[in-house]
Amino acid sequence: MSYPLSYRVRLPIFEGPLDLLLFLIKQSHIDIVNLPIARITEQYLEYLKLMQVLDLEIAGDFLVMAATLIQIKSKMLLPPDETAAEEKEEEDPRAELIRRLMEYQQFKAAAERLHEMERRRSAMFTRVPPEGQALEAEWAEEPFFEASLFDLLTALSDVLKRVPKELFHEIIQDEFTVEQKIVELRRRLAAEPQVSFSKLFEAAKGKMEIITIFLAILELIRLKEAIARQQEAFSEIVMMRSQTI
Amino acid sequence: MTDTEAKAIIEAALFAAEKPLTISELRSAVEEYGENQIQDLALQLQSECVALGRGVRLVEVAGGWQVVTDPALAQVLGRIYRKVRPARLSRPGMETLAIIAYRQPITKSEIEEIRGVDVDGVLKSLLERSIVQIVGRKEGVGRPLLYGTTEVFLERFGLKSLEHLPSISELQATLQAHEAQRPEGVPVGQGMVQDHLTQGQNETTQTTQTTQTTDRPD
Repeated sequence: MSYPLSYRVRLPIFEGPLDLLLFLIKQSHIDIVNLPIARITEQYLEYLKLMQVLDLEIAGDFLVMAATLIQIKSKMLLPPDETAAEEKEEEDPRAELIRRLMEYQQFKAAAERLHEMERRRSAMFTRVPPEGQALEAEWAEEPFFEASLFDLLTALSDVLKRVPKELFHEIIQDEFTVEQKIVELRRRLAAEPQVSFSKLFEAAKGKMEIITIFLAILELIRLKEAIARQQEAFSEIVMMRSQTI
Repeated sequence: MTDTEAKAIIEAALFAAEKPLTISELRSAVEEYGENQIQDLALQLQSECVALGRGVRLVEVAGGWQVVTDPALAQVLGRIYRKVRPARLSRPGMETLAIIAYRQPITKSEIEEIRGVDVDGVLKSLLERSIVQIVGRKEGVGRPLLYGTTEVFLERFGLKSLEHLPSISELQATLQAHEAQRPEGVPVGQGMVQDHLTQGQNETTQTTQTTQTTDRPD
């Protein structure tokens, strides 16, 4: 399913399939060691589909991971090879994926610690700020952190779920453009410094308009004109104008 | 020269410096003192600043000493210096940096293998900000470039040296703290793989910087 969008959002996606998997694991409080492959595959494919509907530039890595997940899932459905079982226990088909997820998760913890160390250090002023750093006016209010693409997609799918059924069958007219929505969002964010994500869709009349607004939000984030923030993981997303403008 | 005079020189040198000064750099101004004595004097100055409630502090960072403002004054100083803030790193940027910091020297494709995604854009931005640098080439096919962190990295994160990066056990604690928030928790990171960051080396305190140019044991 694809929409005839005149404007393709060229959002550089720096988050990969492992980020999505860890996001899903964290979101549903799953234990990595006992990764429920069927459930996680299903959820993964849902997000992938949403990204395809939005016509985002999905890296091939996402498709490779989808194939890997399906392969692991089918391997787990096979009865264990009896001849091999006698020799030595067959390796869990999930083992390599679990190893990679755990490894990456630990680097994410390291990144969090670095972030904390940076924050502590930034409370000390020096005569000259360390070289190689651009100076900017932005002063992030802790403990806000930036919402990831997957947080935004989760919020979008919530908004889409609330659209009344009958509106799903609207006649698709190209009456909304991403360009037009960008102009509207700019105006809105100029008037209101902080708007909750869901409020931006309140006036939307259908699925198509919601998707158009969402793409406009992504574009403003890409242009660094807007920031999507959360108070804590999985909490409500707040959109705000980037203070650098 | 008395200790008081030597300390005054050290203080003045650090005050005038744009970057952290190493002990040997300080020594060129306080020649009569050995490196250990200078280190001791710096430590004395450090505690004096705290004891006297001065507005500045001496910190050991990036292999040297530096005069910085008291972190407790950040808010009030922010009214004057509001604009002097380093551009923030994105989450993917911070994660890529963490991988480089712990696994250096490391190639781009090794980073991508861990992150599972292309890191071109993120790596470019880290290079542009001098947080990471090219440190050489890996032996073998194609001789790919190797990346490592810089002194800017140490200074930005307030690290004395790479050995002072949080250890694996500290990181495990971070992960387990997250775990505690979960309804039922089997601690993640125990059992299966004990040491992901340093490629299975059984070191918990000294993290990396042992030049690892070999392939990951898979």
